[in-house]
Amino acid sequence: MPTAPSSAAARWDYAPAPESAAIGRVRDRYQMFVGGAFVDGRGEDLKTLNPATAEPLAVVSTASPADVDDAVRAARGAYDGVWGRMSGAERGKSLFRIARGIAERARELAVVETLDNGKPIRESRDVDVPTASAHFFYHAGWADKMAHAGYGPDPRPLGVVGQVIPWNFPMLMAAWKIAPALATGNTVVIKPAETTPLSILVLAEIIADSDLPPGVVNILPGAGDIGRELVNHKGIDKVAFTGSTEVGKQIQTSLAGTGRKLTLELGGKAANIVFDDAPVDQAVEGIINGIFFNQGHVCCAGSRLLIQESVADEFVAKLQARITTLRLGDPMDKNTDIGAINSATQLARVRELTAIGDAEGAERWTSPCPVPDRGYYFPPTLFTNVTQSMRIARDEIFGPVLAVLTFRTPDEAVAKANNTPYGLSAGIWTEKGSRILGMAAAMRAGVVWANTFNRFDPSAAFGGYKESGFGREGGRAGLAAYLDTDDEGAR
Amino acid sequence: MSTAPTQSRPAPRGQLPDVAGSEQSLRQFLHGLPGVDPVGVEGRSAALATRSIKADSKRRAIDLAISMVDLTTLEGSDTAGKVRSLAAKARRPDPDQPDVPSVATVCVYPDMVAVAALCLAGSSVGIASVATAFPSGRSNLAVKIADTRLAIDSGATEVDMVIDRGAFLSGHYGKVFDEIVAIKEVCGATRLKVILETGELATYDNVRRASWLALLAGGDFIKTSTGKISPAATLPVTAVMLQAVRDFFEMTGRRCGVKPAGGIRNTKDAIRHLVAVREIAGPQWLDPFYFRFGASSLLNDLLMQRQTQAAGHYSGPDYVTVD
Repeated sequence: MPTAPSSAAARWDYAPAPESAAIGRVRDRYQMFVGGAFVDGRGEDLKTLNPATAEPLAVVSTASPADVDDAVRAARGAYDGVWGRMSGAERGKSLFRIARGIAERARELAVVETLDNGKPIRESRDVDVPTASAHFFYHAGWADKMAHAGYGPDPRPLGVVGQVIPWNFPMLMAAWKIAPALATGNTVVIKPAETTPLSILVLAEIIADSDLPPGVVNILPGAGDIGRELVNHKGIDKVAFTGSTEVGKQIQTSLAGTGRKLTLELGGKAANIVFDDAPVDQAVEGIINGIFFNQGHVCCAGSRLLIQESVADEFVAKLQARITTLRLGDPMDKNTDIGAINSATQLARVRELTAIGDAEGAERWTSPCPVPDRGYYFPPTLFTNVTQSMRIARDEIFGPVLAVLTFRTPDEAVAKANNTPYGLSAGIWTEKGSRILGMAAAMRAGVVWANTFNRFDPSAAFGGYKESGFGREGGRAGLAAYLDTDDEGAR
Repeated sequence: MSTAPTQSRPAPRGQLPDVAGSEQSLRQFLHGLPGVDPVGVEGRSAALATRSIKADSKRRAIDLAISMVDLTTLEGSDTAGKVRSLAAKARRPDPDQPDVPSVATVCVYPDMVAVAALCLAGSSVGIASVATAFPSGRSNLAVKIADTRLAIDSGATEVDMVIDRGAFLSGHYGKVFDEIVAIKEVCGATRLKVILETGELATYDNVRRASWLALLAGGDFIKTSTGKISPAATLPVTAVMLQAVRDFFEMTGRRCGVKPAGGIRNTKDAIRHLVAVREIAGPQWLDPFYFRFGASSLLNDLLMQRQTQAAGHYSGPDYVTVD
């Protein structure tokens, strides 16, 4: 009969379970995708790193301003010649083929994404790639139903769309941008982030194999200067940007008066509000998912925890116990929960902002998890004794850092949650249905989750208030951003 | 608010909350427990099920799981012969592989305990007996006590009782509580597992309340199911029960066990449960003293997977003994 074990007994643990890097078939060099062909750009080659090791991963050819001209011309030609006048049903077929192509090469895409971005393979495999495929499937279904989308009997596309996407979800953001633009009949010139150009260039291969007419999608790797060149190009009818609020403001300034349409999806400093009657264990999970998913590199991350004072100590203790079990390390290991910070620059920013947190008098707690000695890593961190005036409560850190604040009454929770220049998302944790509805109505945020967080679906509109941007992506509302709805009035 | 993490946190040796004084206080305590969000707990369980357990970790998991099996036969058709062969299998699960650990216990009806005791004398295998009008629990306290006494007097080293689900569902928590206390009194030092029959409790909130009720009343283990009702053990239900024993330990310093029973038939499922034990309750629970599988067919799948790991290929069901 089993007897009580000694406390020193060695406990069962997980062996390393690395995904094979060979599945990614990463090549030494990648080219731009313009006019349906892979071509060398006239910009200087860039080297993309694997943030898990800080070692070079591949060389990528980049665009020059002249290449932007060429790409916009190719997109214009494709729009005028074929895509803009093609029937929705035909466009839908192409989108279905892309969706299926992503699903077929899902494993390869997940590996490429993890190697280039640093996110855990578990996330790229279970979230990024399947959701990207789902976005193409969803919008493929819309392509022949535009007359029924509520934007008039024959809503027209805008023309050529210039898109700039960030490094935190390279593949998924590409899908969010390209799928609705194509479904509505626009053609695209898109620039991926400088540090994460690979997965979208694999997507380019899938697009090339899907019989999409040449020039409908053009992909221009490059740095911020090429992004600026693209969004200010005279041949563009609409700009869609996801990235920092700072760059978003510059774009809005430079586009003022040009008549070009603009949607911006920018930063956030979301509050996760936990009431004393919350389902505690699930709330702990949700807070963790909210801030540590993708190393906190999420614009809608729940980076502020607002916890009701009466349960604060107990809740924070449970949170710390759970954070301690998160596994940080090799992003390619299937059991890794937290991977690498995307770049040295971002790691430096996270360090700088957390140091300011210390200096301002907040109390730092860091998970005791082991941290690899090479590559860019930052262990899960939370700050208590945080006040509204501290920079860690106001600035978007974009890393695995949670600021914990307390509140006493629902009104105080609303006031604190809304007291930010941002307004992208919010989370509400309570077992009381009426409180969920009341709080959701009081939140000045584009997305409000109740008893869950970071759930994304192609059919749900996503976007921000205030300095988090404007325009919606996903769902019926997301289509409007790519349609000429001016004649239709405010619908 | 700057509490240290679990591992370095001294276990608070608090007092058992004094809630058993009246039906009223018991109800207030149980209904004051935090709710369980079903979407959340099922999502977390699904995420745990994606852990990749390979190589040496898998081999160790298989042996650990074997050592946690309560090898069970609870049929009207049970005979002394059937129990004897089960006992032999429990001592030496794989006759060709002497390094396979013994299982934790055999689990039988009270009238079969004496047979099992004879076969298992001098071995490390315990004898668990169901009692208290298993599986329905529909009898009076005197009969339940007599049933338990029969099991213990015949040599049971552990007792698996069932709660009165009818009383629980009609809100008579005091009746359920008092019965557990009475049975634990009969058990004395013999460890008591309290079967909640989660398939009849229907909600995760009820599972959490019944878990706390059983722990407060002195149960040493909480067990999901009798195996006679579907659904039996599921990963989210086990997860809620693991949270209960973890939180109960935090509050009282007393570490109790969890036993999912019924429905865990293969190695993959068993390993998913071990992952849940590790990540929800903590590594300290990864021991047959604190975690069991109530199962009959699981053992052979574990043995087949063990052979596969050792030989590098799968042999099939004819290479393990049927009982």
